Amino acid sequence: MSSSYLLNRLLLAVPTLAGAVTITFVLLRVVPGDPIAMMTGPGATEADIALLRAHYGLDHSLLRQFVIYLGQLMTGDLGTSISLRQNVGELIVGRLPVTIELVLFAMLTAVSLALALALKGTFWRGRWPERIVDGFIGIVVAIPDFLWALSLILILGVAIPVMPIFGRMDLTISFDSWTNFYLIESLLRGQLEVTRSVLHHMVLPAVSLALPLMAITARVLKSCLNAEMNREYVTLARTRGFGRLRVIYSQALRNALVPATALSGVQFTFLIGGTVLVERIFGYPGIGNMAIDAVINRDLPLIQGLVLTFAVLFIAVNLLIDLFITFLDPRLRHD
Amino acid sequence: MIEGRADLPITYRILHEPRAVFGLGILGLMIAVALMAPWLAPHDPLEQDLLASFLPPSWQESGDPAFLLGTDTLGRDVASRLIYGTRTALIVALVAATLAALLGTTLGMLAGFYGGKTDMLISRAVDIWMSFPAVLLSIVLVAVIGAGLHAVIIAIVIIDWTRFCRVIRAETMVQKERDYVASGITIGLTRFRILIQEVLPNLMPLLIVLLTLEMGIAIVVETILSFVGLSVASDTPTWGNLIQEGRQYIHQVPWLLGLPVACVVLSVLSLNALGDGIKEVIDPETRQ
Repeated sequence: MSSSYLLNRLLLAVPTLAGAVTITFVLLRVVPGDPIAMMTGPGATEADIALLRAHYGLDHSLLRQFVIYLGQLMTGDLGTSISLRQNVGELIVGRLPVTIELVLFAMLTAVSLALALALKGTFWRGRWPERIVDGFIGIVVAIPDFLWALSLILILGVAIPVMPIFGRMDLTISFDSWTNFYLIESLLRGQLEVTRSVLHHMVLPAVSLALPLMAITARVLKSCLNAEMNREYVTLARTRGFGRLRVIYSQALRNALVPATALSGVQFTFLIGGTVLVERIFGYPGIGNMAIDAVINRDLPLIQGLVLTFAVLFIAVNLLIDLFITFLDPRLRHD
Repeated sequence: MIEGRADLPITYRILHEPRAVFGLGILGLMIAVALMAPWLAPHDPLEQDLLASFLPPSWQESGDPAFLLGTDTLGRDVASRLIYGTRTALIVALVAATLAALLGTTLGMLAGFYGGKTDMLISRAVDIWMSFPAVLLSIVLVAVIGAGLHAVIIAIVIIDWTRFCRVIRAETMVQKERDYVASGITIGLTRFRILIQEVLPNLMPLLIVLLTLEMGIAIVVETILSFVGLSVASDTPTWGNLIQEGRQYIHQVPWLLGLPVACVVLSVLSLNALGDGIKEVIDPETRQ
């Protein structure tokens, strides 16, 4: 992995981001709803509305607005939210930790379950338990996170009410957070009551997000493992007396991980996109939930800021996955 | 490809693939329900009866036999709303998936076959599209276009053409290297004619699989948009509307959420099974 490759990848992200920014900007300016009208209510006079319009820069021409917006972006200023009347950058930074904790927890869950499923399935190769694993993966893979969220609410929230289905933690607990990374911070500060509650509330949304990713990763990894198991080195290791389990773990897995990660990498970004709905369904206070409110309120600066945030997250995840692949496969490092 | 049953007609082989049969069965049932909705539904799906709101399904203690699956917040018959919702779901699935396939396939074929600048332009567009969270983009789009079924359909097409484009582009690139394309050029056919008359038929099996899967996705997207409250006006019965209502009153009326979720899950599962089943039959590479 040369640093010029990394630089190249980062440079390639620039036109993608620019495209995303432009498309969002243009799309949002043709929205029929008027954010100022929604903000002021029926009592406002023409003069008030004109004043506010000027305050948010909505009285300029479209091109002028875009140039101003780009200029602000360059200095890291995302503008002011119309519905919440706060700095968009600060709003997003405040909520982002919530989503990041949820996403990381979900990804971790997905990857560990996928590893377990794929390894078990490969271990049972050609026998009946393998069919059960395949059937399970086949059903899970077909159902999107949105439906998992609703089904899990029905099953574990209502039918057998063991899991909380709303919010980030019990409202009876108070936690004065400095970073908004509740899970990590409460753990570090030793407030285990908070940690427990946050984890408890995180399980259902995280599992909803994790299941589709788990199924796809497990399926891809399993077929890559299967391909490896037919290679000569595996037969050789087996004839030399290594057990099946040991061959899978110590030899086939490492080789299968490279194509499996490359093939399922995109799915990690889908998980991030899934937070929009899953957070909404569970009333989880992250940036996904915020995004839906922003659209409903026609809060143009906030929507723009959030779309940009998601695009940056997507690109970052793709980059991390590429780095992981080159880390796994030494042959790719010196290209 | 020499394979035991490969000489049998493809419809026969599909009808003997259990997953495809399951998928076709449920899809057939959905089509029947959608077509016969006015005769099947015991009530007008929009007829309100505020005195009979929140009724449980009829087999439960306080249920009313007149409302088989109970009523919603405004006393509308849930069974009738589900039946008419099937109609909405199928229309969106068929129209949106077909249009997304048309757009995505055209661009994918052009990118894969002509390569060069065309490919660069189209692939770049796909990259930019993929950097948006699909759900957020669809919500923004519907906010832009306005409520209504047509808005949902346009949103799905604008977002999901990339699914077709990516796969079709890759497959077109594979087909392009085949001998039949070179032969076509040798005997003087134009490249466009080869693309339409020779390459396209070879893409058809893959396209049918993608189309089936996309129908499932379209049903989910429609549900999602209704759930967020942006899809169609609440006087059009959709599964998503019911789900949205059900989520609000989950502790009082869990069936209001459970029944439409079951409908969506079943239709998505069956369309996936159908797609997988067809793929199994027509794709020689998945057969050992």
